[in-house]
Amino acid sequence: MSITPTSGRIIPRLRRDTILSLLEKDTRLDGRKLNEYREIVVAPGVIPKSEGSALARIGSTTAIAGVKIGVGTPFPDTPNEGVLTVNVEFVPLASPTLEPGPPDENAIEIARVIDRCLREIRAIDLSKLVIIPGEKVYIIWLDIYILDHDGNVLDASMLAGMAALLDTRVPKVEIDEKKNVRIIRDETTPLPINHKVVTVSIAKIGNKLIVDPNLDEDDIVDAKITIGISDDGRIVGLQKAGPGVFTYDDLRLAIKYAKENSVKLLRALEEKKGTKISLNSVLKSYVEEKILKHQII
Amino acid sequence: MRLGEKPKLIDENGRRIDGRLPDELRPIRMEVGVLKNADGSAYVEYGNTKVIVAVYGPREIHPKHLTLPDRAIIRCRYHMTSFSTTERKSPAPTRREIELSKVIREALEGVIFTELYPRTSIDIFIEVLQADGGTRTAGITAASLALADAGIPMKDLVAGVAVGKVDGVLVLDINEVEDEYSEVDLPVAMMPSFKEITLLQMNGVLTEDEFWEALKLAEKGIMKIYEVQRETLMSRYSKVRAEVEE
Amino acid sequence: MPIYVQNRELVTPGTLLAENEKFKLESPTVFKYSNKIYASTIGLVDISNGRINVIPLEGKYIPKVGDLVIGLIEDYGITYWIVDIKSPYKAILNVAEALNRPFNPLKENVKNIYDIGDYVLARVIAFDRTKDPILTAKQKGLGKITKGRIVEIIPSRVPRVIGRKASMITMLKNETKCQITVGLNGRIWIIGPSPELEEIAILAIKKIEYEAHTSGLTDRIRNFIRKEIEKRGLKVNEIRRKT
Repeated sequence: MSITPTSGRIIPRLRRDTILSLLEKDTRLDGRKLNEYREIVVAPGVIPKSEGSALARIGSTTAIAGVKIGVGTPFPDTPNEGVLTVNVEFVPLASPTLEPGPPDENAIEIARVIDRCLREIRAIDLSKLVIIPGEKVYIIWLDIYILDHDGNVLDASMLAGMAALLDTRVPKVEIDEKKNVRIIRDETTPLPINHKVVTVSIAKIGNKLIVDPNLDEDDIVDAKITIGISDDGRIVGLQKAGPGVFTYDDLRLAIKYAKENSVKLLRALEEKKGTKISLNSVLKSYVEEKILKHQII
Repeated sequence: MRLGEKPKLIDENGRRIDGRLPDELRPIRMEVGVLKNADGSAYVEYGNTKVIVAVYGPREIHPKHLTLPDRAIIRCRYHMTSFSTTERKSPAPTRREIELSKVIREALEGVIFTELYPRTSIDIFIEVLQADGGTRTAGITAASLALADAGIPMKDLVAGVAVGKVDGVLVLDINEVEDEYSEVDLPVAMMPSFKEITLLQMNGVLTEDEFWEALKLAEKGIMKIYEVQRETLMSRYSKVRAEVEE
Repeated sequence: MPIYVQNRELVTPGTLLAENEKFKLESPTVFKYSNKIYASTIGLVDISNGRINVIPLEGKYIPKVGDLVIGLIEDYGITYWIVDIKSPYKAILNVAEALNRPFNPLKENVKNIYDIGDYVLARVIAFDRTKDPILTAKQKGLGKITKGRIVEIIPSRVPRVIGRKASMITMLKNETKCQITVGLNGRIWIIGPSPELEEIAILAIKKIEYEAHTSGLTDRIRNFIRKEIEKRGLKVNEIRRKT
């Protein structure tokens, strides 16, 4: 059962009024333009023990993704393909309003949007992940954890997830005469990737569209649309959320914004690709930022 | 237990599988204030073990009936991410995680001056990002840093480390391979200023003499970890001081 | 009676401060254990005439009777509001403490006085360990905040924004020409003659928060404000501060 959400956060009216009056002047509380994304950090290889991993930050929204690879049976309808499973967890570290528990509708929605964006364009070449056709295939587990929630967790999750897949190495397997499969984790090949995919989320407040809403904006949006864009510029997934509506003109503008910003996100995926970043270095010295760049009002 | 042959865990020079001496810690790294939303947070590495902790509170309790009239309640969750282990771990809490959440809560509860905040809750969320032995003790070390970062009054910081016995030798701060073949696993946490033990578990068999020797070894490691904790907490303030005061 | 630390030294929980039973302990940031005195929080040592204390650098706001606070209306009932004061305890503001006239709940709705999301300047009139804090907004100058800007800082660093004998806050007001009202719960209300000066006041307050544990702060902040004003080419001497 899905119930109208009652946010645990109260947005001060003074702040809400300021956000709205600034939007009328085509600007935002944190000084961004309407179509401007926050700063993006992508750090691959942060969990060396996993088959692939990455931490992504959009502003202070932080997500960490890890890939584990196992061996299992394929789905009956796709006997000649490996299996991809995407899971998103909102852990209670991320926000004072989150409680421990199994994924709720928000986490499940995000996981399914990411899954569809990857699946439909065949971002991963699952046909190359077959060990014994119809019997044994690789299972790719993509697990994404939100560590700090400052709005737009979907784009951050997608970015961390895609970066983790790009960082992923598939272990070799040995098959004996009884068809027992043994994983050899020391010998690996890169995960076969056909396409890189990112999502760009656009929120509607009043009659204005803004790219990459932060938490304050997220809390007062009327509706949101998330647009999956591939590295060849195609639309690979769409998800509208929230009770508000979009006009055709809104959608035209949203797609334009999504394409523009996808370039920046795709570039961020490339920047540190192939390197191993230490978590220590991406997580540190956040305190100064926390105080000095603290949200004003 | 791992299938296959047990590796040699102590070589002819008395060195361990990762080159350490028996009484040597892995490289320890710590950071505080790593999350924006949390009231206090910390990140701790013991070698390849990586743990992140957020503290929220003291804050109002939901549901209300959990409230205590004379002190704060502590809620603690120890959880391993699904990619933290060699084989993927299901995100649902296991019996092991439920037990560790309890012993970690009890290792911290006696240290916090909970009576200062009646009718509130202090919530500690531990997420193991990569597991390579000693995750509960690294979790406690990180949790006490996060509590201090949140400004919650406490008797002392708490630092933890696990001692093991491999190839008949007592070793400090065991990693995962050592843990798998260890004859003993003895995780210990202490308030270092008072030498008071707040967590103690043992899996294995020791003579009493060996036990005291193992505890001494743990204490030695804990005192070193405590120094890093104190430096980490103070460094960001002393850095600002150095910047502006000249 | 040895003392192991110096004035203004940074300490962490569990640091041994002194061995002296005669010291008066006034704050939960210090505690006594088998005749020794220790710190319980990260902070700065403050030793003066027979007292030893640790001034905390982190921590939540704990209400005290008489405190001026800035609250955020979170919910309401028939004759009261629930107010978030950035504390572990939610405050109650009864309608009788907000109006100078009788209130008839059959004809009126408290929502029309203060609604969810409104900021209210109020004073704590009752609080103890068993009951949530009670506020009043009836005294002169208290009530709904309808304009200006609110900046939030760590509550334990509020004393530095005020300064010794209000030296810092007086300087801030004079230099920025802004009206500044400090809620002891870490919310500060600023109304200035221009958005630029409000912005400078906010930046100055955030700088005080960041450098709260350093010395020579007042002079540094004054220079900072003057530089910012110069950088933006503002002419402040022509502006008279409304008081």
